[in-house]
Amino acid sequence: MTSPPDPVDQIRERISGYILSESTFRGEISFAVGVESIVECCSLLKNTLGFTYLVDVTVVDYLTVKFPRYEVVYLLHRFGENYEENLRIRLKVALEQDGPAIDSVTPVWSGANWLEREAYDMFGITFRGHPDPRRILMPEDYDQFPLRKDFDVRDRESSKRSFERALDEGLE
Amino acid sequence: MGVSSGPLLGGDGFLTTKISAVANWGRKNSLWPMAFGTACCAIEMMGTFSSRFDIARFGAETVRFSPRQADLMIVSGTITYKMASVCRRIYEQMPEPKWVIAMGSCTCGGGPFDSYAVVQGIDEFLPVDVYVGGCPPRPEALIDAVMKIQKKIDNEGPPIV
Ligand code: SF4
Repeated sequence: MTSPPDPVDQIRERISGYILSESTFRGEISFAVGVESIVECCSLLKNTLGFTYLVDVTVVDYLTVKFPRYEVVYLLHRFGENYEENLRIRLKVALEQDGPAIDSVTPVWSGANWLEREAYDMFGITFRGHPDPRRILMPEDYDQFPLRKDFDVRDRESSKRSFERALDEGLE
Repeated sequence: MGVSSGPLLGGDGFLTTKISAVANWGRKNSLWPMAFGTACCAIEMMGTFSSRFDIARFGAETVRFSPRQADLMIVSGTITYKMASVCRRIYEQMPEPKWVIAMGSCTCGGGPFDSYAVVQGIDEFLPVDVYVGGCPPRPEALIDAVMKIQKKIDNEGPPIV
């Protein structure tokens, strides 16, 4: 009796051209993808492999721990009729310290819109081709990226400046 | 205040008082709160308003979400700098005389959030009359704060602006 084909094997085969490396931790599978091919890889995963749900886009700042400094992480989910067809994978893209930028995946999943805005707001990653590249949580004139590891989380000066500007605008 | 009655006045009793004393008596017994709830403390504030603790017993049950009809601002919850300008604007929209209660550790001094986004005490931008500590304070503590405001109105009248 032959066991049914492993769905991860099928995915690995289809996107092998984009994968730089692969790692597994406690059954969770992560693929490292090159920064230039992220949109192609994502549209293949969504349109032909059924990963219709972009769970999250987030960023890790390794500062001095690892090089390159930033890693953009995409969590993708596929819904299937059977249990084995339900699958969650992780894509990781390494980005340089100076002017980190990557193509937006909003054309693939419109749900990426706010997730990428948050990643920009907190880490200062530029998403090229994003339809609405504003900050989402912090005030629009805020000038820091608070979740970067070299930012002092108790530094309230920028927040105070934004607050004062908002007050002045309100009084006009 | 005094009570008089006499044949010259037809036998009916009447009160003598000052207009400010009557006005303050009215003010303190019909405080209309503007509930500015932004986090967990707001849940406790709702508990204080509703039947079990029933702040209506102190004349403060008419919660207005329109600042123009309120004279007591209860700021309950974490205030971020982004929200602070909104909070201040709402305070400015309230008609005089007006009072402010800072409910909870967050509004008193930032609470557990010593971070880049959170105001370390709303007295940075609002004139606070009563501070209520606690995370969150019990409804009794909020009622106590309302009673302190009432005493303050009785003793001092409207705040000098
Ligand atoms: S004081 Fe505590 S309960 Fe109140 S808003 Fe802050 S964290 Fe929440």
